[in-house]
Amino acid sequence: MFVNFEDERPIFIQISENIEDAILSGAFLEESQIPSTTEISVNYKINPATALKGVNILVENGIIYKKRGIGMFVSTGAVEKITDKRKKQFYENYIIRLTSEAKKLQLSQQEIISMIESGFSNEQN
Amino acid sequence: MNKIEIKGISKQFGNVWALSDIDLNFEENKIYGLLGRNGAGKSTLLNIITNKIFASSGEVRVNGENAIENDHALKNVFLMSEKNYYPNNMKIREIFKWSKEFYPGFDMDYANNLAIKFGLNINKRVKELSTGYSSIFKIIIALSVPVQFILLDEPVLGLDANHRDLFYRLLIENYQQNPRTIVISTHLIEEVSNVIEDIIIIKDGKILKNESVEELLSKGYSVAGSAAAIDDFITGKNVISCDSFGGLKTACVLGKIDKTQIPQGIEVNKLDLQKLFIQLTNV
Repeated sequence: MFVNFEDERPIFIQISENIEDAILSGAFLEESQIPSTTEISVNYKINPATALKGVNILVENGIIYKKRGIGMFVSTGAVEKITDKRKKQFYENYIIRLTSEAKKLQLSQQEIISMIESGFSNEQN
Repeated sequence: MNKIEIKGISKQFGNVWALSDIDLNFEENKIYGLLGRNGAGKSTLLNIITNKIFASSGEVRVNGENAIENDHALKNVFLMSEKNYYPNNMKIREIFKWSKEFYPGFDMDYANNLAIKFGLNINKRVKELSTGYSSIFKIIIALSVPVQFILLDEPVLGLDANHRDLFYRLLIENYQQNPRTIVISTHLIEEVSNVIEDIIIIKDGKILKNESVEELLSKGYSVAGSAAAIDDFITGKNVISCDSFGGLKTACVLGKIDKTQIPQGIEVNKLDLQKLFIQLTNV
């Protein structure tokens, strides 16, 4: 997990996405405790208010929940929620960027498709 | 009520106005960045707040009380000065002991612990310390005194990358465990830009900007691309800076960007605090 300070997106968004990534990868399991906002802000060297903002997005979306005086935990069903959301964003986040870069490089639709196919088969090997 | 209010502070040195008519509040439990070029008036302001020097006019109030010659008000404020005011022959161990005399709540265990973390030998005398360690022992004292307002004037002066990293981590940890107001004056803008919540930029003794970092950075964006494309794109927009590099051009623009109206070949990025600072404070 790291924050890219050059990234165009605000830091708090990156924090929430990093935590989501960790949940998706299984590093943070459902119903397990995640690092506190203190630990997050110290780790990334960011203002605690920023860390809190990132965490609160996840609380609002039901990805994590707070237990008073104990800490923050991954909600049951969080993986599914994140997966659904990410699938919806997939077109916007990846396909649009992919096609615009492809146009810049004058790659044809067919060339892209065969690259995607080889990407999938590499993954399997 | 817990705040430092700076009202109409001016300071004249000879013919020069180091500060003119500064109005500023430091609110409770916030981390501020006080930025400005060399000679902008940052240290003068911090020294006036802590009654080390007198203002030519204006007043400073700490928690509602006038701070001038007022120990009761000033015991809530600690300034880590860029200069060394400690006796050169004194050992760090003794300075810790004296800090405890002046600030009974001084956390000796914490201070000793930090000294170990930074690798500071507390049996050394002030005059034996390198520039970096001179900053470090002052940082340790500042983090160990239990006051509401901590003013840090160039805290990372001379610190290597590892020690700066350690400092920022300790600062955030300390702030979370013991929320209070912290003001950091520094030239290393990039490093503090994510640590501070609000930013105050001083130029020629006046306040240029005083707002949250997020707000300031959301007020604009930067674009990069071919010179022709950028020139075309920025026409009619509020451009604060332009940089050319061969046929490439980068421009910082104030205003909101319509993400659906970005021409091909132009890359949009968020504003960078340091670049913005350089633009704003260039003569």
